[in-house]
Amino acid sequence: MTTKLLTALLIGTSILGTTGMALADDVTLNIESWRGDDLSIWKDKLIPAFEAKNPGIKVVFAPSAPTEYDAALGAKLAAGSAGDLITCRPFDKSLELFKKGNLADISSLSGMENFSPVAKAAWQTDDGKSSFCVPMASVIHGFIYNKDAFDKLGLKVPTTRDEFFAVLDKIKADGTYIPMAMGTKDLWEAATMGYQNIGPNYWKGEDGRAALIKGEQKLTDKDWVAPYEELAKWKPYLGDGFEAQTYPDSQNLFTLGRAAIYPAGSWEIGLFNTQAQFKMGAFPPPVEKAGDTCYISDHTDIGMGLNAASKHSEEAKKFLSWVASPDFATIYANALPGFFSLNSSPVKMEDPLAQEFVSWRGKCKSTIRSTYQILSRGTPNLENETWVESANVINGTDTPEAAAKKLQTGLDSWYKPAK
Amino acid sequence: MASEPMAAATRPKRPIRWHIAVFLAPAVLVYTAFMILPLAGTLQLSLFRNVEQHQVFVGLGNFRTLFGDPNWSVNFWNALRNNVWFFIIHMLVQNPIGILLAALLSSPRLRFAAFYRTAIFVPTILSFVIVGFAWKLILSPLWGVAPHLMDLVGLKSLFTPWLGKEEYALTALSLVSVWQFVGIPMMLIYAALLSIPDEVIEAAECDGITGLSQFWKIKLPLILPSIGIISILTFVGNFNAFDLIYTAQGALAGPNYSTDILGTFLYRAFFGFQLQVGDPNMGAAIATIMFLIILAGVCVYLFLVQTRLRRYQF
Repeated sequence: MTTKLLTALLIGTSILGTTGMALADDVTLNIESWRGDDLSIWKDKLIPAFEAKNPGIKVVFAPSAPTEYDAALGAKLAAGSAGDLITCRPFDKSLELFKKGNLADISSLSGMENFSPVAKAAWQTDDGKSSFCVPMASVIHGFIYNKDAFDKLGLKVPTTRDEFFAVLDKIKADGTYIPMAMGTKDLWEAATMGYQNIGPNYWKGEDGRAALIKGEQKLTDKDWVAPYEELAKWKPYLGDGFEAQTYPDSQNLFTLGRAAIYPAGSWEIGLFNTQAQFKMGAFPPPVEKAGDTCYISDHTDIGMGLNAASKHSEEAKKFLSWVASPDFATIYANALPGFFSLNSSPVKMEDPLAQEFVSWRGKCKSTIRSTYQILSRGTPNLENETWVESANVINGTDTPEAAAKKLQTGLDSWYKPAK
Repeated sequence: MASEPMAAATRPKRPIRWHIAVFLAPAVLVYTAFMILPLAGTLQLSLFRNVEQHQVFVGLGNFRTLFGDPNWSVNFWNALRNNVWFFIIHMLVQNPIGILLAALLSSPRLRFAAFYRTAIFVPTILSFVIVGFAWKLILSPLWGVAPHLMDLVGLKSLFTPWLGKEEYALTALSLVSVWQFVGIPMMLIYAALLSIPDEVIEAAECDGITGLSQFWKIKLPLILPSIGIISILTFVGNFNAFDLIYTAQGALAGPNYSTDILGTFLYRAFFGFQLQVGDPNMGAAIATIMFLIILAGVCVYLFLVQTRLRRYQF
């Protein structure tokens, strides 16, 4: 009897105690993210800027490792212990969370009007009716080069493919530098920095991508095999033992000044600026003939959504509206050069390399990675297979035609385009 | 029985022997909660499929997909084949070397035996992450010590980026795993060798059996049961392996799935990878097959091998 009374008392006090605390304390919002690299930017720049304007709301940025993020987030959401704000991967990963009811519908959130339909497409239902994440940033593919090396060898920045290979030949003949820093060990470099980087020029960006989704084009078509043919030609220009060269190896090779050209994503800018001791420049993927329309991969990569089970959804929505504002875009794009804001209002950036990348938006047509929307929903997974096959093509263990055929056969086995 | 007189005295009210349950409880509860329930849960999960956000019972449907759909079966057989090769390398390299090291260590003339024993055993207690990362660095064609060392002895031409070549990657990783775990068979055999009574050895010496023939004719038969245990431990360990491949090659087990073993295949299916969304039901089906493979292996050992091993009582 006494124990029961005691328990009741204890429970009573604990409830009273916590409510008391909640009243006295600020609301704390937790952000789930895979961007551990950005911890200091959130802590020192973004969160203080928000908290200064919104007293009473505290924000905690709690990232986990990129490779574990999706599994960890899934487990936390299932257990109900996930944070209030969830950093969104583009397309199906987030769409699945929305369909499961883990992400709230934020179509009517104030601030969403700041984004173009293309920017929002990565976090919408297939019919485009509901949005569930605020677009934060995109990354642009291209090539970063060592300006000092180019000056020393008297090289001109290539704009066409012939010039590109001529430059590579010259660097190789000189022998001081490894022409191109890329490895195939981690597979994704070959696909993301290789195939998805140079591909849009062949398949004409959005046109080709949309045609592929509609089923009007096949991966075995000339426009989709040709990038593989070019990749196969890269092999002699890569460093010794590139088959076992990992992504950090490639980054180090370039920033140590041992390689001249780095097939890049703009997310490298921040790291390269702090590590490289030489001047850097960038050029978009070369086109076939001078004057051809150029296409770049301007991939919507990161967004932020609201955990549907959040206890503080009002405060979280306030935060998301702020994420959608030009204020956030300015701080974010400058703190993280290479992650370009998707906000319609232009953002002024200080970093010259980032400016170079973003200037391509003006002269080239933007597209996103071909495998991301819809086409990677089934088994075998087209994106994963593209990684494997791109590496195979560069390693020379598969011909471009064989690789394309494998991908198309895999896709055909589950994907039936709507007629 | 000591309790006989007391039991006789209180026959009408026989006490319930609580202590048995109490003493068994911790082990039974812990084992049930952490081993039996999850196992049963996995088996159950493998019989369902997620249709429109609902779990639907499909019987053996997932297994039919796993073996019948080429998108799954090709990967499955590839993983199984690689896993068998992984196991063969361990049996052919790790265990003989372990026995050899144990035989050398138990030689009374060897100096610094304790040092060697510890040094060889240390990698076993290292984390997979450290081992995977360290060997990735050692074998790196860019900064690794392997190409440099081979250059010193004029064998640079034999160096290739092993971890990046389809034909070598799995063998290279198997040997890394052998390097890490050779301490375990060594320790077990070493203990078995030490437990051979001196009288047996002396009797052998009286009969003129010494040196190598003593090892083959006297010691080896006496440590056969230990070798059997090691084989089955290797078997279970290899078919459950995952960590080393994952840390060294990533979840896609490249190049071109050449290092994909059942563990990494299960991981990709269960948790998904990059854009691939995890499918816990198919993952559970693969886990069930792994369980059955290991169960079959252990049964073969228990019923066919162990019963035929002769044991010697001293």
